[in-house]
Amino acid sequence: MSQTLPVINSPDTPPRVSASFEQKLAGHGVELRAAAVVETLQVNLGKLCNQACKHCHVDASPRRTEIMTRETAREVIETVRRFRFPIVDITGGAPELNPSFRYLVAESRRAGAHVMVRHNLTVMFEPEQEDLPEFFREHGVEVVSSLPYFLAEQTDAQRGGGVFQKSIEAMQRLNAIGYGVGGDGLKLNLVYNPVGAFLPPPQGSIEADFKRELRQRYGVTFDRLYTITNMPIKRFLDYLRRSGNEERYMRKLVEAFNPAAIEGLMCRSLVSVDWTGRLYDCDFNQMLDLGVAPELPQSIADFDPEKFARRRIITDAHCFGCTAGAGSSCGGAVVK
Amino acid sequence: MEYVTAMSYYEEDDLQRFGEVGKHRPDLFEKFMAWYLACQEDGALSRREKALIGLAVAHALQCPYCIDAFSQSCLEAGSNMEQMTEAIHMASALRGGASLVHGVQAHNSVGKVSM
Repeated sequence: MSQTLPVINSPDTPPRVSASFEQKLAGHGVELRAAAVVETLQVNLGKLCNQACKHCHVDASPRRTEIMTRETAREVIETVRRFRFPIVDITGGAPELNPSFRYLVAESRRAGAHVMVRHNLTVMFEPEQEDLPEFFREHGVEVVSSLPYFLAEQTDAQRGGGVFQKSIEAMQRLNAIGYGVGGDGLKLNLVYNPVGAFLPPPQGSIEADFKRELRQRYGVTFDRLYTITNMPIKRFLDYLRRSGNEERYMRKLVEAFNPAAIEGLMCRSLVSVDWTGRLYDCDFNQMLDLGVAPELPQSIADFDPEKFARRRIITDAHCFGCTAGAGSSCGGAVVK
Repeated sequence: MEYVTAMSYYEEDDLQRFGEVGKHRPDLFEKFMAWYLACQEDGALSRREKALIGLAVAHALQCPYCIDAFSQSCLEAGSNMEQMTEAIHMASALRGGASLVHGVQAHNSVGKVSM
């Protein structure tokens, strides 16, 4: 007799951990709530990307079609204007591939916001994207780019063959127009994440390596390097399961739980909006379809800063990724 | 035909059970752990340099637990396989050299009984 068993290896099944994140917080007498002011609106323009990285928590690729419409982009801009968001952090996928990308950047700047773009470097070599560096400069955009290592082998293993070489060429183009060359000028920040099932090294130490090696080997420079822990969700969780690393990785994250990382967690100071206009506590929750607490407005059109201040944050097992060791956020390690 | 997997003397998961050694004479185990962990902190040498030394020594000792642990430590200190392989070659070259230099003993021994 055949029996139907539940699928336990789906990337949507949360990773197995010895204690829930909530229990861990309670054990340390900590409550996770948002800060008094929501400073950043993180806008995910959708899943379309020119790359298909092995660790991608968005599951983005050139074949994905889910992207933000102009109507939703207008609602986003209306919210940025109305509540004077200090920071707009634009991500994807490759957000530049969305036809509303330049509209969002220009209007956010016009509204007085500082604009960060999670730019994958290689997208500037796609058709009609050649002028991206100049567009970034014109609007004073802070560019934040993933480069998992300063060598081709590791970078290409995670992001695809040839990505490293293209990334270096892109950095050379950005350097040539004034990005990442120091001082108070245009900011080019890099993001390191481990190429495998291990935690990132101390941010200061690996930043020094990147600076030295990228300058010596390729003559390129940048401002800051942020270390980010791989979140056990989507493609990376699938990799953990296929490679037999899930248990060990999750144990490592739980054992490295650091209550000092709580205060600087990104979910405390940002709200995340997806390509449909729905609201989340962070981009990872967005990918897991974990919306903001049900008592809050769920859509960008209904956003209210008063209600989102000090809100209860929705958590699950993946949150151990942000509290391990020196912590992890969109701005890198949170414990300096 | 049924295959039976023989239990190995070295089980990967046993590394997680290291603390069980402290069941008897926990005072000694605690002293060891404090020393072991303190050794690995940043000092005159960086954590990364110490992890590479650990990896090299682990290979010289041929301890699979230590190789597992220090391979991870090296990665988490930001080292890459090229650097780690150089450390492993250092350990191996010393082991090889330590054997080879005993060739002088053989020369001496042979010299003593030769005309």
